[in-house]
Amino acid sequence: MTNTIAVQMSGVVKRFPGVVANDGVEFTLLRGEVHALLGENGAGKSTLSNILTGLYRPDEGTIELNGAPVSFSSPRDALNAGIGMVHQHFRLVETFSVAENVVLGNPDTAFLLDTAAINERVKELAARYDMAVDPEARIWQLSVGEQQRVEILKVLYRGAQVLILDEPTAVLTPIEADALFRTLRAMTAEGRTVIFISHKLDEVMAVSDRITVLRGGRTVGTVDTSSTNKRDLASMMVGRNVEFTRVQRKTPAQANDVVLNVENLGGHDDRGREALHGVTLTVGRGEIVGVAGVAGNGQRELAEVIAGMRHATTGSVSVEGKVLQSGKARAAIAGGIAHVPEDRLHTGLAAGHSVEDNLALKSYRSSLLSRFGLLRRQAMRDGAEALVERYDVKTPSTQTAVRLLSGGNVQKVLLAREFSTGPKILIAASPTRGLDVGAIESVRERLVEAADGGLGVLLISEDLDEIMSLADRIAVMYEGRIVAVIPAESADRETIGLLMGGSQLEATS
Amino acid sequence: MKSPVRLERRLEQPKWLNWAIPLISLLAALAVGAIVLLITGKNPIDVYQRIFERGFLSTRALTGTLRTATPFAFTGLCAAAAFRLGVINIGGEGQLYMGAIGASYVGLVMGNSYPVGIVIIAMVLAGMIFGGMYAGFVGLLRAQFNTNEIITSLMMNYIAGILLNYLIFNSLSYWRDPRSAGFPSGKPLDKRAFWPSYEIAGVGISFGLILAAFVAIAVWVLYKRSRFGFEIGVIADSPRAARYIGIRTKTTIVAVTALSGALAGIGGASQVGDFTHYLDAKGLQLNSFGYTGIVVAALARLNPLGAIVVAILLGGLTNAGYSLQGPDFPSGLVGTLQGLILFTAVAGEILMKYRVKRNTAAKKATVAS
Repeated sequence: MTNTIAVQMSGVVKRFPGVVANDGVEFTLLRGEVHALLGENGAGKSTLSNILTGLYRPDEGTIELNGAPVSFSSPRDALNAGIGMVHQHFRLVETFSVAENVVLGNPDTAFLLDTAAINERVKELAARYDMAVDPEARIWQLSVGEQQRVEILKVLYRGAQVLILDEPTAVLTPIEADALFRTLRAMTAEGRTVIFISHKLDEVMAVSDRITVLRGGRTVGTVDTSSTNKRDLASMMVGRNVEFTRVQRKTPAQANDVVLNVENLGGHDDRGREALHGVTLTVGRGEIVGVAGVAGNGQRELAEVIAGMRHATTGSVSVEGKVLQSGKARAAIAGGIAHVPEDRLHTGLAAGHSVEDNLALKSYRSSLLSRFGLLRRQAMRDGAEALVERYDVKTPSTQTAVRLLSGGNVQKVLLAREFSTGPKILIAASPTRGLDVGAIESVRERLVEAADGGLGVLLISEDLDEIMSLADRIAVMYEGRIVAVIPAESADRETIGLLMGGSQLEATS
Repeated sequence: MKSPVRLERRLEQPKWLNWAIPLISLLAALAVGAIVLLITGKNPIDVYQRIFERGFLSTRALTGTLRTATPFAFTGLCAAAAFRLGVINIGGEGQLYMGAIGASYVGLVMGNSYPVGIVIIAMVLAGMIFGGMYAGFVGLLRAQFNTNEIITSLMMNYIAGILLNYLIFNSLSYWRDPRSAGFPSGKPLDKRAFWPSYEIAGVGISFGLILAAFVAIAVWVLYKRSRFGFEIGVIADSPRAARYIGIRTKTTIVAVTALSGALAGIGGASQVGDFTHYLDAKGLQLNSFGYTGIVVAALARLNPLGAIVVAILLGGLTNAGYSLQGPDFPSGLVGTLQGLILFTAVAGEILMKYRVKRNTAAKKATVAS
């Protein structure tokens, strides 16, 4: 490994409305290394790589490629300069062959394809990097791992010297992941450079030469893999233990008075893959149980199975001892489960409908709001006005469409409705994400207030601070499993960070 | 490269747009039609004046207009009912044929042995069941296998047309009149299966049109005031929200598609009971009742009550087209105008959601993921 600098990014700032995604990032890439970019969701990894590949332009800062300053205005520019990205979500034409996909969009391709020659070149390229894939196969016939190889071949075919792989192992089986690591090694041996974006500590340790950790849009540091360990990385990723105030509860949680009992729960994701593996957890009366984890580790599926939006493949969900029928949202609602979904505006609410309609979304079938199949509009209006008043929703009227409200008020409408159904359990998925500081505060207050009133809350969040300050117990999810449940007072960020990154607890019990 | 105007999403849709936009669409269609007429060397004002006279200005003209409007009202309701859920049922044509087949069968069987009222009710129900089941199949395919209902419902129009031809021309079916020696025709219904018609100030109004008005009110109540309609609205707005609150989306899709077909089916029953009094295989297929229904629904902005008004408007246009047809009035003109109306009505839908703004400062859109 030589020590020439391939890419130097300094002082990179990228702002989006309401957030600073990159806030002065420093990043140095040496030729021939596998350089891991490590960080939680929202740390700025994707933004940084999108800047490097020309998808975004930085607001401030410079990029140097092989010592010369560059400015890309499109991914094509970046690719011509030798920087290619392998996206987490593949961009392949399903009905085309592997070779056709590889040459697709390549400006050097002749108008009439010389299929035989292309097949030959693709095959050669694949063999060189130990990637078994048949150039004549159609994409839809390939496994996910093979499709990823096609994506890599696409970039290599265009002559990329720097390859960025965005969470490449998220879709792979362990065996496929090992094969990928071998391919990466073959590429760096030839002097190509790889940026490996991940949040999994084990594989970062296994595959990379150096690691840059990002947090909150800033560079925390760059370390040599040989001179660090998972524990240090975890604490860099989630931040040092800072003193933060745990919320003072008026009524203590009664963890032993179990309200929600989830036993051995299994479930599929949208693609039909197993996303939950025997999840078991309980929530007691007045207890806030936090579920920590990096997004995409089964949290959404867990929430949806409990809320009856998704079938359980194994196990059961029961509320106060009564088992709920799986996959029936109405049964879950009737059983006392309130649910604030991640996607508030399009799952939790019907965005084009009025505040009034949305507040009635779960109770319009009750005898109070409809009779003989007809809606009682006056009762709906009265109910809506009372809730708007009580939850302090800022809206021009109850007839205003919810999509016109601000994020904080959207969440208030949703919470108002969920609390108004008289729930026993609240599943709150990222309830403060995307809100401004004031709204975050008010949502948290509502949650604590509800828990003080005896409601059991399952708080799913990627925001570790939020979980640590609100929860009584913390469950950590990794790859569809609850890997640990820790009482909040004895939890520290470092341990949770390690668990979130897939490491087993070494010393802590 | 850059257009001088841009579309900006409306935050609120003012109520007056509900009637202003269909009106503007209609006028725009007439204006474009006028250009077509000018090119062919006709005086558009003269032509439009004659259409208006022959469509609306005499009792005879109005009687004809309302007669033509009756099937349009039903197929318009059919299209509106399905479109509201986002199911693009363009099979009103075939569902109307099926309704006519069902109603004429019941009329033939029961016509001479049951009281008038019972026969009429039975014919209406038969039309609904035949049209509804025919459409229900389309809904089932959409709900269960996510097939494109535009294609299936369109294809089933041809099947229904072929079935009509088979029943009258290519077989000795129950519907065919055995006494029709030369040109095959449908078996005539007994007088007791004839639907009544009413006369107000010299204008004849069919039972079917009155029924259509009541059905429109019922559909309006169903969509605007009922629990079922509320659920339809939620599914159309956000399928994920529907899943979140446990609405049975698949069942609703099948039910609404079947309902939509049932409405077209009554239109078919009304053709038999109100007007032809036998299964008129050729006549039913001549007029594209079902396709005109799509124009009706679009111009009425899927409002069932509006559909009745628009049906009468288009009925007048079509009826004037029949009576004016000749060397100085091309027969394709009415079809052209209808096409233009559909075109402008759909374009008007964009103005409902967006407003046109002058493009001033060049603002480059950034793509954020």
